[in-house]
Amino acid sequence: MKRFVLLLVLVSGAALAVDPTTMPTPELQQRYEALTHELRCMQCMNNSIADSPVGLAQDLRRDVKELLIAGRTDDEIRTYMVQRYGNVILFTPPLQGSSIWVWVLPLLAAVAGLLIGIRIVRRRARLVEQDESVVDGDDGAR
Amino acid sequence: MNRFIIPVLVFLALAAVLFVGVRHSPNKSTMVSALLGKPAPAFELPVLGDATRTLDSRQLAGKPWVMNVWGTWCVECRIEHDTLLAIARQNRVPLVGLNWKDDDEAAQQWLAQLGNPYGVVAADREGRTAIDFGVYGAPETFFIDADGLVQYRHVGAMTPEVWEREFLSRLPQAALP
Repeated sequence: MKRFVLLLVLVSGAALAVDPTTMPTPELQQRYEALTHELRCMQCMNNSIADSPVGLAQDLRRDVKELLIAGRTDDEIRTYMVQRYGNVILFTPPLQGSSIWVWVLPLLAAVAGLLIGIRIVRRRARLVEQDESVVDGDDGAR
Repeated sequence: MNRFIIPVLVFLALAAVLFVGVRHSPNKSTMVSALLGKPAPAFELPVLGDATRTLDSRQLAGKPWVMNVWGTWCVECRIEHDTLLAIARQNRVPLVGLNWKDDDEAAQQWLAQLGNPYGVVAADREGRTAIDFGVYGAPETFFIDADGLVQYRHVGAMTPEVWEREFLSRLPQAALP
């Protein structure tokens, strides 16, 4: 029995260490876990509130739980958090306002890089065509 | 020569963007409150040290007030305490304490030992009011204007310089001596 308990503690330790919350239904449990993983722990910038043991993360998880049980939608809960802490609390910045650049700039950079690459390759190809010595060499006209 | 101009310009633009980004990265001292220009959240909380009274934020409406979020578990709060006492002596604006997730007895002991700069202290034992204000680390200090709007939030220990620059400057001129 003792060994079994020890095993249980060791196996479940990682999963239960931070957040032992259980929701009344599997559907709520799943939404709870998804939401707590996409909200930033404001005291420890690179953790979600699901992974953080600090007091504030605990309180924010409590709020998520209560709001879910009160029947709020995921978006309402995100809005609740953003109203208090700003967009920075979301790990995924919204596609609007100034944070739209976070999404648009990398795309622009990738397209620009592609265009520059194509231009360079084309120009080189033209140089090879114009270079008669290469053409002569290839023809083996000797 | 010409062929280098565009890459150099692109490099300089990128360097400028990164420089600004790094300088203004959301670290603890520069995170701007999401509540700026918006109404301060309403609250009704027990008054520390007086079980018969509650503090309703509506009682504070009509003139500017300052809210300082603190706890006895907070090291920086001890550092700023003397500054808060000096601010209280100026008596320019009501200073409300929000005792965040603290032990009432420890909080009262702290005030008895170090002095009490607050006109009134609300006990936010569950941390709900702190969350409504978007508090993420004590100490934090808010300036709420006569219309009940949050005008400024300072994160970290209060200093005489910050008090002068960001808080006193926001008081209406009539309140100045």
